[in-house]
Amino acid sequence: MSNPQQLRYSKEHEWLSVAEDGVSTVGITEHAANALGDVVFVQLPEAGATVAAGESCGELESTKSVSELYAPVSGEITEVNQDVVDDPALVNSAPFEGGWLFKVRVTGEPDDLLSADEYTAYTAG
Amino acid sequence: MSSTAPRHTALDALHRSLGATMTDFAGWDMPLRYGSERDEHLAVRTRAGLFDLSHMGEITVTGPEAAEFLNFALVGDLAAVGVGRARYTMICAEDGGILDDLIVYRLAEAEYMIVSNASNAQNVLNELGNLAEEFDVEVRDDRDAYALIAVQGPESPGILTALTDADLEGLKYYAGLPGTVAGVPALIARTGYTGEDGFELFVKPEHAVELWQALTKAGEGVGLVPCGLSCRDTLRLEAGMPLYGHELSLSLTPFDAGLGRVVKFEKEGDFVGRAALAEAAALAERQPPRVLVGLVAEGRRVPRAGYAVVSGGEVIGEVTSGAPSPTLGKPIAMAYVDAAHAAPGTPGVGVDIRGSHEPYEVVALPFYKRQK
Repeated sequence: MSNPQQLRYSKEHEWLSVAEDGVSTVGITEHAANALGDVVFVQLPEAGATVAAGESCGELESTKSVSELYAPVSGEITEVNQDVVDDPALVNSAPFEGGWLFKVRVTGEPDDLLSADEYTAYTAG
Repeated sequence: MSSTAPRHTALDALHRSLGATMTDFAGWDMPLRYGSERDEHLAVRTRAGLFDLSHMGEITVTGPEAAEFLNFALVGDLAAVGVGRARYTMICAEDGGILDDLIVYRLAEAEYMIVSNASNAQNVLNELGNLAEEFDVEVRDDRDAYALIAVQGPESPGILTALTDADLEGLKYYAGLPGTVAGVPALIARTGYTGEDGFELFVKPEHAVELWQALTKAGEGVGLVPCGLSCRDTLRLEAGMPLYGHELSLSLTPFDAGLGRVVKFEKEGDFVGRAALAEAAALAERQPPRVLVGLVAEGRRVPRAGYAVVSGGEVIGEVTSGAPSPTLGKPIAMAYVDAAHAAPGTPGVGVDIRGSHEPYEVVALPFYKRQK
């Protein structure tokens, strides 16, 4: 399992792209997708909603469990991935690509986001 | 139990080499899934799946009064079971509550093998041990004597035929016979918990790896895959089969669970729980309590055990098992609901999914029935 170098990671297993025009893309990591098992339902925040770093902003439901989705940063949701709402299996098959969850205009970041190498070490334990 | 160290089956190293995600199940470290649980589920429905079920509890009862003893200890008529046949039955407490549901194989005139749930094996063993004092029988803990491998799905007869001389054609559903599979001595049983045709193979633990590998090889051409407990749960749920701790518990009688047919009042002699069960039967006839029903989601949110079933803002029942159904493509659940809301098609029934009342259709069980 390799975590893309250009992304940053939260300890809650979300990934975050480098902001372009202040907007970052957010998804969950392959590690998290594997731990969940087959994802069958995703509930995402709505475009226009404000989210706060570290707080629940949706849920991911798999065959065996339901997990909270946390916002890795604070900001305003600018877009949600309708493809993943229609086909939640994308979270498993392409967590870093087609399985992205939402885009957020970042207004605040926690100071404990991890680099790819740090996240790999964090999940190796 | 004093030790919290997980127990490992004889196939543990093999599961890990296959990349299984392991989970604790009743003190055992068991495979949850190897890859996608959905793919494993569909493989069992359409081709074949291989399961390690070595955590199940085997108890052997032998002796001249074995049949008489089991007729006293269990609610079924085990004396009426022919040699080579199996029976689904239950062990109940004096008050009629279900201690466990069991499959009992009659291996010989005076020898039965009982298979209990892993989580209840010690309780069942203790209870049978206590009850056996008045009878000329031996109750033997055979949990460590067997590994259990199941091959389930429409391709399973073909796979097994390639590995055994045993007469599988003559082996009916709910029957078992001793034989040899891939050169390994086995009790071959045509049982399972998936709603498909299939076999359960009881072998010595030291033969488990060899047998698993032979089955894997024999199933290569027909799409056999290793399967974990996750898909086993969705398979049994689709088939409407109860699971102890979910649909069955000490606080329910077999009649509460809609399984009153397993209680054989007509058998000879007294049995544990008879008076309480007779009362429960009469109550179920007169004024049915909550009824076990199926629920099918209109939306995509998944009901889980313990969630409230609602109608018009009132709680009318509780979900006992729920999961997304790979076969139906929708979330499904089993639930106990008030009799007034139990008829298939009852309008206005929903499940409270973390505060949101999601609409559900009441249906008769099972959700899935195999075409024979």
